[in-house]
Amino acid sequence: MLRDITIGQYYTENSVIHKMDPRFKIIASMLYLVSLFLVNQIVAYVAVIIFIGTVIKLSKVPLGFVMRGLKPILMLIVFAFTINIFLTPGQGAPLVDIGFITIYPEGVERAFFMAIRLVLLIVGTSLLTLTTSPIELTDGIEYLLNPFKKIGLPAHELAMMMTIALRFIPTLLEETDKIMKAQMARGADFESGNIMNRAKALIPLLVPLFISAFRRADELAMAMEARCYRGGEGRTRMKVLKYSRLDVLGGVVVVLYMAVCVVL
Amino acid sequence: MIMIKTENLFFRYGDEKDEDKFALRDINLHIKEGEFVVIIGHNGSGKSTLSKLLNGIYFPTQGKIIIDHMDTSDESLIWEIRKTAGMVFQNPDNQLVATIVEEDVAFGPENLGLPSAEIRKRVDEALEVVKMEDYKRKPPHHLSGGQKQRVAIAGILAMKPKCIIFDEPTAMLDPSGRKEVIQTIHHLNKTEKMTIVHITHFMDEAVNADRILVMDEGEIVLEGTPKEVFSKVEELRKIGLDVPQVTLLSHELAKQGFEVSSQNLTVEELVNELCQLK
Repeated sequence: MLRDITIGQYYTENSVIHKMDPRFKIIASMLYLVSLFLVNQIVAYVAVIIFIGTVIKLSKVPLGFVMRGLKPILMLIVFAFTINIFLTPGQGAPLVDIGFITIYPEGVERAFFMAIRLVLLIVGTSLLTLTTSPIELTDGIEYLLNPFKKIGLPAHELAMMMTIALRFIPTLLEETDKIMKAQMARGADFESGNIMNRAKALIPLLVPLFISAFRRADELAMAMEARCYRGGEGRTRMKVLKYSRLDVLGGVVVVLYMAVCVVL
Repeated sequence: MIMIKTENLFFRYGDEKDEDKFALRDINLHIKEGEFVVIIGHNGSGKSTLSKLLNGIYFPTQGKIIIDHMDTSDESLIWEIRKTAGMVFQNPDNQLVATIVEEDVAFGPENLGLPSAEIRKRVDEALEVVKMEDYKRKPPHHLSGGQKQRVAIAGILAMKPKCIIFDEPTAMLDPSGRKEVIQTIHHLNKTEKMTIVHITHFMDEAVNADRILVMDEGEIVLEGTPKEVFSKVEELRKIGLDVPQVTLLSHELAKQGFEVSSQNLTVEELVNELCQLK
């Protein structure tokens, strides 16, 4: 079960969106986020929805898959919606006025916009991780952060840390599973009792896990040095990111989209 | 030509308080180019320490190590030395860096600063040598132990070393994984003409070596061809090592007065001798 774990939520498909350069996709996602905070009219929201809808269609990722990203923040959306609907003061006559509950038309409008904005935010960002594999994402971030090296930002080190983390997540999960089974075989109980007891039961799990993680780190460092690793200086890459015509085309579309958002 | 040479090598760990307690004592090695040398010894005999010295991970306390004309104590040569003498470690999980097999194989050549096209070529060649080309887009955690270890070997091969040091590469593998790795190592020595130093505590992995070095308490106590070394059953036992089962059986038979040479290493050799007994 743990063997088949996928990191992030990459959806394997061979669409135009998948083929785009990760750097471009990261920048486009950022612009998209900005655009969400620029718009505040129904027409503009329709434009945003059409845009993101087209991107989803092009990416060939099933809509249900994209929407799955909303699940964890559903509570947040409901919360933001409720707060906004009840607590926004308005000038005109309230729509509802029962005792301490007063709802103004402005409140309804704002609550709706807020909810839609949150939904679009999540859909947009999960589209990035759905269409870009973790490695591409790391590469893209490294390239994009490169100019900031001059002011002392360790771009290569950050990317290397991300790669190693991604590489070891499944290994450590497997190990956790193994230790858990070993402890359970000796009578450890991870499932019953109150929160305090359960937290205490985790100690015999975490201690060996940490020890082994440090040992792994030590050995990995030695193996990396033995393979001539000496930081990002003078290092080349097998795969060099290159912008293609697809990215230029995408760039034009994004610029147009941003213009529309600004105008509206 | 001599690939690896050590002269009166002594090594003491930095955190060792006792001045006279050396992890390695007076090691004099001469390993020729293209040779297949196996170092055996039980835990704590200093064999892993020796391997780390050969790769420039540790430095000699006294004495000298020369790898392909380069002295490992010269820090300016350290990367050249590590490029010449590649190293494969025991735990297959803890030496793979990247999330995709081919990216991991590319790690070494990328560190050497080679152009992209050259890296691509080397990665494909290396994966072909270890027969892992079908797995190049797979994440390492989907592979078996033996496969991971072969990927690690490919990662070293892609740096085009002249010599590879294997530090117990089979210790954590199941029998089928061990077989895969051993076959790969033999292939590298026979077909690719690479100098191999293989450190192990499995005696049967030493049978096909050109030369065996036996280590105990930080010293080399026995040295010779597999036949010479394994015929010294009693001496090996004294330092807690076994001999391959066939050799042991031959030895016991010889002790009982049968006319069997105690130097048999393979089943065929023993069978041949047994069939000729009257």
